Amino acid sequence: MEKIPILKMGDFLLVTVQIDLYDRLALNLEADLVNMINKHQAKGVLIDISAVNIVDSFMGRILSNIAQMSKILDALTVVVGMQPAVAITLIELGLPMTGVRTALNVEKGMELLKRNRILDSEEEETTSTDEDDSAE
Amino acid sequence: MIVLNKDTIKIEKEQDVVFFRNRVAEYADKIKMGLVNKTKLLTAASELVRNMLRYANGGKVLCEIISHATLQTGVRLTFSDQGPGIPDIEKAMQDGYSTGKSLGLGLPGAKRLVSIFDIKTQLGKGTTVTITKWKNG
Repeated sequence: MEKIPILKMGDFLLVTVQIDLYDRLALNLEADLVNMINKHQAKGVLIDISAVNIVDSFMGRILSNIAQMSKILDALTVVVGMQPAVAITLIELGLPMTGVRTALNVEKGMELLKRNRILDSEEEETTSTDEDDSAE
Repeated sequence: MIVLNKDTIKIEKEQDVVFFRNRVAEYADKIKMGLVNKTKLLTAASELVRNMLRYANGGKVLCEIISHATLQTGVRLTFSDQGPGIPDIEKAMQDGYSTGKSLGLGLPGAKRLVSIFDIKTQLGKGTTVTITKWKNG
């Protein structure tokens, strides 16, 4: 059975989809990713679809599901590298990619995840100072 | 109208879909269809073949390269199944309508992506969907 590998890099998970997805494969990826986020307490997921030639309504929905599930688990999902022809087709198909953050390429996607991580940790710091204040 | 190439592909399980998509891509390349049109054709084909698997347990697809008198060349795909048929075709062609758990974009979405779309269905007998995508359009 084919499987799409998920790599862990620090706080983030990296997925590069190198083959055309069929339904079962996409569903497995969804389940694997959610488990990996939980296991590694990942804060971000980067999905590179630059080698994917078609995204139809089912796969679009899976991407959107992954984004929403990971959000509930406090991880941000960024989909990167979508081919222009795929983007044109998705819009004409009428698919709303709800809640999916995108970036042009892996580099920009990583920047986005890191920026989000810094914002998160700053927030944590302010909340912890607030707690200190109230304790005094 | 002349048919230049034709081939029938049986769709019985999910893995057949990958093979089928490759064959359609091959046909599109044969007539030098542009990347955007090819992607649209492949996406529409993918939606229809999924419907066939999900609602009719499979079927077959006739792939053809056709050439029209007006010098238009294109790929025509005929999806035929012996499933339950579609009770309300008007509803099925509406965005967001689905009897399954999908988004209901399959049929209307596929229609928007191709040049010619035709659907015939008979309750209890099956459904035939024919789509044509011209090389330039």
